[in-house]
Amino acid sequence: MCGHRNRLTYEKDNGDGVTTSELFRADGLAKSYPGVRANDNVSFSVAPGEIHALLGENGAGKSTLVKMIYGLVRPDQGRMMLGGQLHAPADPRAARASGVGMVFQHFSLFDALTVAENIALGMDSPPPRADLSRRITEVSAAYGLPLNPARRIASLSAGERQRVEIVRCLLSNPRLLIMDEPTSVLTPQEAEILFATLRQLAAQGTSILYISHKLDEIRTHCDCATILRQGRVVGTVSPAEHSARELAAMMVGAEMRLVDRSGRQAGEVVLTVAGLTSAAGLEGTALKNVGFQVRAGEILGIGGVAGNGQEELIAALSGETTGRPGTVVMDGRDLSSQGPEARRRAGLLAAPEDRLGHAAVPDMSLTENAILTGATRQGLQKNGILDHRAARSFAERIIAAFDVRTPGPGTAAGALSGGNLQKFVIGREILQEPRALVVNQPTWGVDAGAAAAIRQALLDLAGRGAAVVVISQDLDELLELSDRFAALNNGVLSPPVPTEGLTLEQVGLMLGGAHGMEVAHVAA
Amino acid sequence: MLRLEPRTAAPWWLGIVSPVMAVVATMIVGGLLFALMGFDPVASIRTIFWDPLFGPAAGYSRPQLLVKAGPLILIASGLAIGFRAGIWNIGAEGQYIIGGICGAAVALAAYPAEGFWIFPAMVLAGAAGGWAWGMIPAILRNRTGASEILVSLMLVYVAQRVAAWMAFGPMRNPEGFGMPGSRNLQQYPPASNPELIAGTGIHWGVIAAALAVLATWFLMSRHIRGFRIRVAGLAPRAARFAGVRPETLVAFCLGLSGALAGMAGLFEVAGPGGQITDSFGSGYGFTAIIVAFLGRLHPLGILLAGLLMALTYIGGELAQLMLSLPAATVQVFQGMLLFFLLAFDTLTRYRLRWGTAR
Repeated sequence: MCGHRNRLTYEKDNGDGVTTSELFRADGLAKSYPGVRANDNVSFSVAPGEIHALLGENGAGKSTLVKMIYGLVRPDQGRMMLGGQLHAPADPRAARASGVGMVFQHFSLFDALTVAENIALGMDSPPPRADLSRRITEVSAAYGLPLNPARRIASLSAGERQRVEIVRCLLSNPRLLIMDEPTSVLTPQEAEILFATLRQLAAQGTSILYISHKLDEIRTHCDCATILRQGRVVGTVSPAEHSARELAAMMVGAEMRLVDRSGRQAGEVVLTVAGLTSAAGLEGTALKNVGFQVRAGEILGIGGVAGNGQEELIAALSGETTGRPGTVVMDGRDLSSQGPEARRRAGLLAAPEDRLGHAAVPDMSLTENAILTGATRQGLQKNGILDHRAARSFAERIIAAFDVRTPGPGTAAGALSGGNLQKFVIGREILQEPRALVVNQPTWGVDAGAAAAIRQALLDLAGRGAAVVVISQDLDELLELSDRFAALNNGVLSPPVPTEGLTLEQVGLMLGGAHGMEVAHVAA
Repeated sequence: MLRLEPRTAAPWWLGIVSPVMAVVATMIVGGLLFALMGFDPVASIRTIFWDPLFGPAAGYSRPQLLVKAGPLILIASGLAIGFRAGIWNIGAEGQYIIGGICGAAVALAAYPAEGFWIFPAMVLAGAAGGWAWGMIPAILRNRTGASEILVSLMLVYVAQRVAAWMAFGPMRNPEGFGMPGSRNLQQYPPASNPELIAGTGIHWGVIAAALAVLATWFLMSRHIRGFRIRVAGLAPRAARFAGVRPETLVAFCLGLSGALAGMAGLFEVAGPGGQITDSFGSGYGFTAIIVAFLGRLHPLGILLAGLLMALTYIGGELAQLMLSLPAATVQVFQGMLLFFLLAFDTLTRYRLRWGTAR
């Protein structure tokens, strides 16, 4: 069923249906939460030295599955085998002891401590500091992930922070390494370095369970892919033998819609940003003299790894931070000193990245979240008095138009899955027919089907003559959507260039070249 | 090892049950405490919670219920709005005192003039005084980032000194034979806040409290400003995104709760209290914090909690009188009530688990 490019050992079926060539096997795993069957009869196996992808939409059950393997959640039914022995870890410590390591999508590192101190904190019985530092240097060099154990986490890039997490796992010599969406924070060059490391690990016999929904990287780098849909295994395939569209179709359960870019004509300049300079937000980067123009019907893509000024840029455009006169001008009107409500009235709308707590209030209903930005433009208030009926029908319109899966507008925003809430947040702004819309990471953590719908909605909005700015870490997305592309790096925005004819490599250099991350020596 | 584990879904009715359970637990533990002190627990509890309303002396004590509940509800209504936004005005007691002084100042300056304008002017002055006292922590927080909790609390002690100074100095009754304290406003009809319907305890302050309950309900559930206040408390970044300026919100919440506390002080000085003395502040401002939380920061809940808290005041006094329970009884009761409320609230959001397994 799978092509094992890296597999070292091939052993025969020993007769009772259990092949000894597998390192890990899950048999009929099931886990339910109130109202949700997160995993249902999940079975798959991972061979030694195999890079095995877990592929699925958000809410397909990937996280629950790996949490069971890592001892964070106990299965209701089924069993797991690791290296021929029953694997039923009571907690992550037990899982680590039996050879399972995991690198989470969100890092758990203390900024104020050094690399070595952070690694020591995560170990069950850390060796003396000098020995540990030596081991870190050895291991990180051996796997092409150079790290200085004495550096403080605060001074590291996202890619380097991830190295710390990986090295922390490698120090305990895992047999099975779980990686949860590792490339979501990396530039293409950084991702290449990571894959070289994973190859090397696999070649030495370590199995890797790789969670992602980036189909291209799974097709290029994984030997085998188990596809989950609604908590069940849909199939186990060799990803290189299938196109990205076929994989996506298996994931979503239907043919994916292709994004339609046609029918757009750039018109007059709508939004002009000039000389925008701002103070750094929390853990962010100050903007340095950022400037660009967006025309009606045009999409400007702004790429770059989060933390390079993206948060500050969208805050400066949404009006959460105000600026000097002349920095934000729309249709000839200077909005620089205006707050978010005045900018909304003028037609400049925004959708920030963080859905929970920024773009939406998790503890409030969808109706109330519709009021959050729609109050004035949608006439949900008159003289300050809220019109709950109008708000409810606006929320219902968003739910219907953007296929938000929810019991109804009375549901709390926090109860929705990430993708559904994101559709609601983007839909809320798009349905207000903005003159200019700025979105940050519009499809972050969103499954392929929802991402395609959001992208199409942004293209349609531009098609109707709005100026759209998409800030994203996902380069494929930016190349697919935008007419012009600019990179935001360390608070500096590169001059926008037309996307037509731009290759991924060129884009990566615009982003990563100036990023200042030391290029690792990758063993060929 | 005992652990707290978050509940995945807390049923909605727990929010209503938990204050009721807190009241019951307070009665039980309070009864135990009285038993240990050598009093009859059942008689004590009955004296505190039952007799003020239905006992032999209820004719006297029942009107007192609204007299005590009025200022508590008025102050708590304002505090709850700030608490919803995560703005912690702990100094309502000080705003209450300054409001009373400012309102009394208008009356004493006008004395012995006659005129229907005097009382409304006092109400305005009382509200303005409380507002100004509340704006001090607001301005300090907005300008320097000083904690409004500490500043508002410390200003209570400043206000108490101001009250003592007024009682011994500028406001001392010239016909008072040198006794500290201002003229008694109950004896100056244009400035007095009398019982409006005999035997009910209703004075203008009680009517203001009822209006405050209605107004804060309208503000919080029907008005965009109340909506934004709730957003600010639940998700500050989302509030900024929606267009809330944190500085404005701090000033609005501290100013409003200060003004309502100031009005409560004025109604007290012109009515039941009668005069500015060095001990004018009687703890309403602090008790109102308990009322606000016991009432779930909801106007209707605050109404009920205010009445309950007033009951413990009256019942405590009655228990002192009838059973010679110590004077601290009321404070012990109120403290226990808040303690149990917080404890039961924790248990509605978390469940207790033994061991480390999941």
